[in-house]
Amino acid sequence: MTAGPLLVQVAHLARRSVVRTLRQPLNVVPSFVFPLMLLAVNVGGLKAAANLPGFPADSYLNFALAFTFIQGALFATTNAGTDLARDIQTGFLDRLALTPMRSAALLLGQLAGVIALALLQATLYLAVGLAAGVRPESGLLGVAAILFLGVLIALGFGAIGAFLALRTGSGEAIQALFPLFFVFLFLSSMNLPRNLIEIDWFRTVATINPVSYLIEGIRSLIITGWDAQALALGFGLAATIAVVALAAASVALRGRLARS
Amino acid sequence: MRDEHGIQAQGLAREFRGGIRAVDGIELGVAPGEIFGFLGPNGAGKSTTVHMLTTLLPPSAGSARVAGFDVVHEGAQVRAAIGAALQEAALDPLLTGREHLRLQTALHGIGKAERRRRSEELLERVGLTEAADRKVKTYSGGMKRRLDLALALVHGPSILFLDEPTTGLDPQSRNALWSEVARLAREDGVTVFLTTQYLEEADVLADRVGIIDHGRIVAEGTPAALKAEIGRPSVEAIPADPVDLPGVAQTLERFGAPVPGSPKGVSVRLDGGEEALADVVRALDAEGLHLQHLQLHAPTLDDVFLAKTGRSLEGAGGELDEEPEPVPA
Repeated sequence: MTAGPLLVQVAHLARRSVVRTLRQPLNVVPSFVFPLMLLAVNVGGLKAAANLPGFPADSYLNFALAFTFIQGALFATTNAGTDLARDIQTGFLDRLALTPMRSAALLLGQLAGVIALALLQATLYLAVGLAAGVRPESGLLGVAAILFLGVLIALGFGAIGAFLALRTGSGEAIQALFPLFFVFLFLSSMNLPRNLIEIDWFRTVATINPVSYLIEGIRSLIITGWDAQALALGFGLAATIAVVALAAASVALRGRLARS
Repeated sequence: MRDEHGIQAQGLAREFRGGIRAVDGIELGVAPGEIFGFLGPNGAGKSTTVHMLTTLLPPSAGSARVAGFDVVHEGAQVRAAIGAALQEAALDPLLTGREHLRLQTALHGIGKAERRRRSEELLERVGLTEAADRKVKTYSGGMKRRLDLALALVHGPSILFLDEPTTGLDPQSRNALWSEVARLAREDGVTVFLTTQYLEEADVLADRVGIIDHGRIVAEGTPAALKAEIGRPSVEAIPADPVDLPGVAQTLERFGAPVPGSPKGVSVRLDGGEEALADVVRALDAEGLHLQHLQLHAPTLDDVFLAKTGRSLEGAGGELDEEPEPVPA
């Protein structure tokens, strides 16, 4: 019996990942709704910030929309992680390990499901933004770039979720880490541009927090246009996170499978 | 599908973190086409052995060949030759039975047309055609086990590992599974390595039995040979009046050595075999002892376990209630 081509394996595992995700509406709906709810709350409460001298956008909505993509990606972390952890706990991973499945197919298949969901989320966030009056300065091509960067960030975060699942084998551990990740996101430039954060330690943390640059990459496409530095940092960091997390997850998967 | 090599293990051992030696140097051989029952209490090392033989867990020591391939150095060939239904049917509750088969056949590299034909055939064989498009979370325990078996068979393996396949099943589902396993061995020549903690299962299904306790094989042979090794039957007598218990014990001990039994009565292994039963009855009658219950027990595999380990298999939990989760070394 020969191993099926990698693409066939990836396609079937991706299909499974998407199907099982769509069959858990209680897991899917929050990833669509919560980022938009938080956006509405922030825009309602912080819209006056747009009047601050040096604020980079005409409206707070234009400024804040970028964060929904990051929050959506965070849900990708937990969904990918808990799904994989459940496969470990139920023994489904052992079942897969007994087939000629290639390790790469499992990760790629699982993450293809994350990408599909992230694309749907990003499209919704963008559609809601456009309907509310946001007009990206980078134009139509910029919209494509926003979707691409949003998906790349979700891929990286999803790979982190997969890595954590493979290391811990526990869905509960992934869920427990969710609030920690959330704090990490809040300690960034999500609510204010870094130069307008007055508290020194907060500004320092936001400056060294990679999440700030992921947000600023998307944000620049909305409020500035084609800002080479912001895009280089955003895309560069997102790609680095994705590559490092995928490599770590691959190593963890090899250890977890431990098959000879 | 017919196997020509069977399974051989020499000094196979597995130690987990903390120095727990779940499997402690077992030697075993399973002939091609044989149903081998691997019997032992929870925590005895059954599942760890299966994980090593199916390449899911590297041994700490020793070696094993499955279908003629080394489990450490020829893992891919071993996996291609075997099918496995491991403990607790490992299924995705959100997928349907048909979707499980589609995924499993695709991962085995089976072509699209053959994939469909094989899936339908297996669904029919395990009686799940009508339930094939229902999500697995709506299946009963028996249906899950049957799907699990079908998934283990998609690529036509020559050796089948079944890890406690009937645990938690009702008698009807259990009998159906036994029939299918027996059919696979007898008609298709599949070698079956079956772990169980049920004596009856090993007795009914297995051509040969290996009894494992604390990670070591304590007995191996056909069920009949193992029971014959124990030899003589035992008799249990429960007096009608508990005050007669010492008198009954004194009388019975003239016919053989005491063995564990009901606390309300006395059990002895009959030195004279079944033929001594009439003498036992006459002796008790002569002493004026009235009985509530008298029963002759033919040797069982539990007696074999008792003789080899000093404990009864029924209810024996080993040192560990559960074997440690196989984790990467």
